[in-house]
Amino acid sequence: MFKILEARELAANIYLMVVEARRVAKKCQPGQFIIVRMDEEGERIPLTICDYSREDGTVTIVFQTVGAGTMKMAGLKAGDSFHDFVGPLGCPSEFVNEPQEELGKKKMLFVAGGVGAAPVYPQVKWLKERGIEADVIVGAKTKDLLILEKEMEAVAGNLYVTTDDGSYGRSGMVTQTIKDLVAEGKRYDVCVAIGPMIMMKFVCKMTEELGIPTIVSLNPIMVDGTGMCGACRVTVGGEVKFACVDGPEFDGHKVDFDQAMKRQQMYKTAEGRAALKQQEGDAHHGGCGQCG
Amino acid sequence: MDVMKKVPVREQEAKVRAANFEEVCLGYNKEEAMEEAARCINCKNAQCVKGCPVAINIPGFIEKVKNGDVEAAYQVISEASALPAVCGRVCPQESQCEGKCIRGMKGEPVSIGKLERFVADWARENGIQPTGPKEKNGKKVAVIGSGPAGLTCAGDLAKMGYEVTIFEALHEAGGVLVYGIPEFRLPKKDVVAKEIENVKALGVQIETNVVVGKSVTIDELLQEEGFDAVFIGSGAGLPKFMGIPGEQANGVFSANEYLTRSNLMKAFDESSNTPIMRGKKVAVVGGGNVAMDAARTALRLGAEVHIVYRRSEEELPARVEEVHHAKEEGIIFDLLTNPVEILTDDNGWVSGMKCVKMELGEPDESGRRRPVVKPGSEFTIEADTVIMSLGTSPNPLICATTQGLETNKWKCIVAEEATGKTTKEGVYAGGDAVTGAATVILAMGAGKAGAKGIDEYLRSR
Repeated sequence: MFKILEARELAANIYLMVVEARRVAKKCQPGQFIIVRMDEEGERIPLTICDYSREDGTVTIVFQTVGAGTMKMAGLKAGDSFHDFVGPLGCPSEFVNEPQEELGKKKMLFVAGGVGAAPVYPQVKWLKERGIEADVIVGAKTKDLLILEKEMEAVAGNLYVTTDDGSYGRSGMVTQTIKDLVAEGKRYDVCVAIGPMIMMKFVCKMTEELGIPTIVSLNPIMVDGTGMCGACRVTVGGEVKFACVDGPEFDGHKVDFDQAMKRQQMYKTAEGRAALKQQEGDAHHGGCGQCG
Repeated sequence: MDVMKKVPVREQEAKVRAANFEEVCLGYNKEEAMEEAARCINCKNAQCVKGCPVAINIPGFIEKVKNGDVEAAYQVISEASALPAVCGRVCPQESQCEGKCIRGMKGEPVSIGKLERFVADWARENGIQPTGPKEKNGKKVAVIGSGPAGLTCAGDLAKMGYEVTIFEALHEAGGVLVYGIPEFRLPKKDVVAKEIENVKALGVQIETNVVVGKSVTIDELLQEEGFDAVFIGSGAGLPKFMGIPGEQANGVFSANEYLTRSNLMKAFDESSNTPIMRGKKVAVVGGGNVAMDAARTALRLGAEVHIVYRRSEEELPARVEEVHHAKEEGIIFDLLTNPVEILTDDNGWVSGMKCVKMELGEPDESGRRRPVVKPGSEFTIEADTVIMSLGTSPNPLICATTQGLETNKWKCIVAEEATGKTTKEGVYAGGDAVTGAATVILAMGAGKAGAKGIDEYLRSR
C-alpha cells in the first residue's frame, strides 16, 4: 500500500497528491511516469510525475478526472492509500543525460498546456537546480484552470502565461505566444511541449516552420506500462514505437499525431459509459444513448 | 474398462462453456484417478520422467495414487515441482511425459497430466502444503519475475534454505499464469493464487510493483540491497506485429493486450473498471496457444471468431487439445490464409482484413513447409476486431540497465542451459527471457536449473 500524505484540488477536476513511494522517489527522473491502481478492482492508470523528494521518499502526482477511474480517485484524501504505485516508467528526458556544459549553452523553451504543466515542472526544476534557466509558456483554457503558476515561476527563467479566453496573462493559444516570442527576437535551440495531443500537434507544426527541434511527451492508452501489451504503440518517423519503453518523449516533428489521437479515442465510449454508470448508479438507464 | 484407453475426463459441454469463463476441463475424481493410475505399468526405466523438464518422479507418484494415498503422491510431485495444479492443466503432455509413455505405443498413454492435476487439486482442497525448508543458510537471492520460471527457482532455493525475494513488475504475482492464460484454462483464484501461496509457505517473499531496470537495477540489488545472487525470469516482452498497412487502426490489438485486459484486469467481467473491445467479428492472426486463448476469450465475449493462419492445420503450433477445444466451441479456422492489409472505416476503426490464400511449398529452416502466396487469390474477411498473436520480442528494460549482461542477436539473455549462468557474475537467467516465447513447463525447467546453478555458485564462493 502507498500512503497519500497530501491531497488537494488544484483547479476544477485537477488534483494533486503527494504519495509515499520509496522506490519510485529514489529513482525517478524528469520525463518519467508512474502507474497507479486505486484498489483491488481498479484500472491501471498511467500518471505524470509532477515532483519528487528523494529524502522524504515521496512522489507528487497530478491528474485530471477523465473517466470512471480518475473520478473515483479524486475522492481519495490524505491518509488513504493507493493499492499499487509502480515506476518510474519510461525513459528520462534526453537532456538528463546530456553533458551539463553543452546543456547550459542551449536555449530551451518549455510549452505546457493544461495538466501538461505538471510533467513540465520537474524538468524545468531539474534544470534550475543545475543553474540552467529555461523559458516556460503555460497555457490554460481559462484563469481558473491554470495550475502550478507559483511553482513554475520559482524555477523558470521567464514564465509566460496565456489563457485561451484571455481571462489571465496573455490571450490566445500557446502557439500564439511561441510566435510572439520569436517575433520579439527570442531564439530557441530546443522546445519541449507537453499537453493535450492536439496542442502538441499544433506546437510541432509551428516549431517545424520556425526550425526549432521539438520534443513531445505522449500519453497513449496503456495497460501494463512495462513493455508487454503493445497498447501504447505510436508511429514515429514511420516506425512503430512503444511509448512505455521507447518513450514517452519523442521527436515531435516525427510523431503521427492524427493516428495517435484516433487511438486515444479507442475506449472513449466505454470509458464514458463507465463514468456515467458511476455517477448515476442505478438511475442511469440509457440516457447516454450507448447502453440501450 | 479398455486398458488401452485413458479414463475419459469430464468436461463442460462445448455449447455451454462457449458462453462462460468457467474451467473447461473438470478433472478426475478419486475413483477415476485410481482407475487411470492402475494403467501405469511402473516401468523400471521410466521414459516419462525423461520427457519431463522438471523430472517429476512420475511412476512414483502414480503408484501412490493407485494405492489411494494422494497426500503421499503430492509430496512426491512437490519434490520436483512447485506448480503441479498449473502444470497438470497447461503442460503439453502429449509431447513430453505422455509422448514417451510405453502405453502410448499400442494404445493411449497414461493420462499423466490429468493425474497430476487431480493430486494437486486434492491436496489444495484438503489443505496440504509442501513441506517448508529446514534451516535458513543466511544467503539472500533476488528473483526477478513471478512467472513459472521465477516461482520455480524461488521455491527450489527456499527449500535449500536461501532467503528469497521475488520482484514482480505487475500488481499481482504469477506472470503469464495471471496475465496470459485465461480463466477457463487456468482458474486464477482457486489454482494460481493457491500455488503461489504454497511457494510463499516455503518462506519466499514477493514484492509486487517493482520493475527491475527501472525501480531498481540488478547492480543495486547486488551491491546495495545485500543480495548474493540474482535470477532473471522476466519473461517475454513486446508483442510483434506484421508490419502491414492498417495495423495501428483502432480495433487492432496484440494478443498480449487483449488477454491482459481480460485475464489480469478481469475485463471479461462487466463490473471491472478496465474496458475491453467486445467485437462482433474477430479475426485472430496466428496459430499458437496464445492465439487459441485469445480466440476462445473473444468467443466468450460474444464474437464470431476466425483464426487466420498462413499454414495448414498440421503446422498449427498450438497444442492439439487447445485446437480441438477451440473447434468444439465454434471457432472458425481460416487456414492457409495470410493478411496483407487491415481495412479501416472513415473513423479509423477496423472494417475488415484483406488476405491472400497460401499453399505449402518446400520445407524451410524450421522444417515446416514454407507457405507461398497463391497468385490472384486476394479476398476480404469482414472483421471489426483484429488480434495479432505473432509472438513477442524480449523486454529491453533489464538488459539496457545491466552492465555485462550479454544478449544474443534476438536480444535474448545469453545463459547456460544446465545452470542458467549468464555472462555477469552472480546473475542467472531462464525462461522466455532467455529462450524467447516457449511453454510454462520449459520455463519451470529453466527455473530449476537456475536454482541449481545459484546454489552451486554460492556454495563455491
